Amino acid sequence: MQQVFKRPQSLKDVQTHFCPGCNHGTIHRLVADALDLFGVQQTTIGVASVGCSVFLYGYFDVDVVEAPHGRAPAVATGVKRARPDRFVFTYQGDGDLAAIGTSEIIHAANRGEDITVIFVNNTTYGMTGGQMAPTTLVGQKTSTSPYGRNKAKDGSPIRMAELLAQLGGVAFSARVAVDSPKHLMDAKKQIREAFRFQVEGKGFSFVEVLSSCPTNWGVTPLEGNARVGAEMIPYFPLGIFKNQGNP
Amino acid sequence: MARIEIDESRCKGCGICTIACPKKLITLCDKVNIQGYTPAEALNQEQCTGCALCAEICPDVAIIVFK
Ligand SMILES: Cc1ncc(C[n+]2csc(CCOP(=O)(O)OP(=O)(O)O)c2C)c(N)n1
Ligand code: SF4
Ligand SMILES: [Mg+2]
Repeated sequence: MQQVFKRPQSLKDVQTHFCPGCNHGTIHRLVADALDLFGVQQTTIGVASVGCSVFLYGYFDVDVVEAPHGRAPAVATGVKRARPDRFVFTYQGDGDLAAIGTSEIIHAANRGEDITVIFVNNTTYGMTGGQMAPTTLVGQKTSTSPYGRNKAKDGSPIRMAELLAQLGGVAFSARVAVDSPKHLMDAKKQIREAFRFQVEGKGFSFVEVLSSCPTNWGVTPLEGNARVGAEMIPYFPLGIFKNQGNP
Repeated sequence: MARIEIDESRCKGCGICTIACPKKLITLCDKVNIQGYTPAEALNQEQCTGCALCAEICPDVAIIVFK
């Protein structure tokens, strides 16, 4: 018998602080798996954000710069321009990327920076206590929308993967989920595909990963994954919205 | 022949592996681990195919698979 599944080398063998059932852990592993696949562990510079993924530097066995409050794509721009030989990725939540750092993500994408952005959409500001995010679903109760998100007052949830796909600088944009084995295996594939774009110097790549936050949603881990499938995917469809890799 | 090993001290008892396993070979046990969670266990692994779906989806990378 051979070992057919083991911890990726790019992921430190440590306990995470994530809540039970939080999808951040699974997404971390998929990203580490892709780093291993392309053999870029020694040449990677990750850029972390704020949110529950802020401790990225403690979990990935790669060099990491911490760029608080939505600035990760701007910091990653500087890192990549200074060291074009490095593999550079950001890992950002929806509060960080779609609210606080909307400007940074849009302009980095539009400039077509040669970086990869992993965007974890859990429809809330997880770390700070479950406030409403631009991605919060209509009707969803959060600590700052106790009666549910009101479309008339708060607008509709932003679909970042589709929005960015419209920008000329974007080479690859996809949305995936890790709520079921089937979706997870596709997520693995698309994250690898996004990484391949950068490895081959093909420009800006973006993967939105739908994620559960059982703690702030007030549900069990299994109910959390079920909500991703039942409520998030109908509004945030999975798929590839742009792929300029194979003309 | 295949088998899995669950690191019960790392497991947070989320139970996601219990529904990911196509053969439903994994359950949460009654005893409490060092973190205070009831970890997953797979007592009867004769039907394990080594598909590794439990390990792939585990948020805590607490499962390794042999085939
Ligand atoms: C009072 C206060 N305001 C702002 C911040 C900054 N801040 C840190 S994490 C966070 C929310 C991040 O949410 P998201 O990016 O969705 O990440 P998640 O935790 O959901 O993965 C904010 C606003 C803070 N820590 N405290
Ligand atoms: S608060 Fe939510 S996003 Fe943060 S670790 Fe817990 S489940 Fe994950
Ligand atoms: Mg969030």
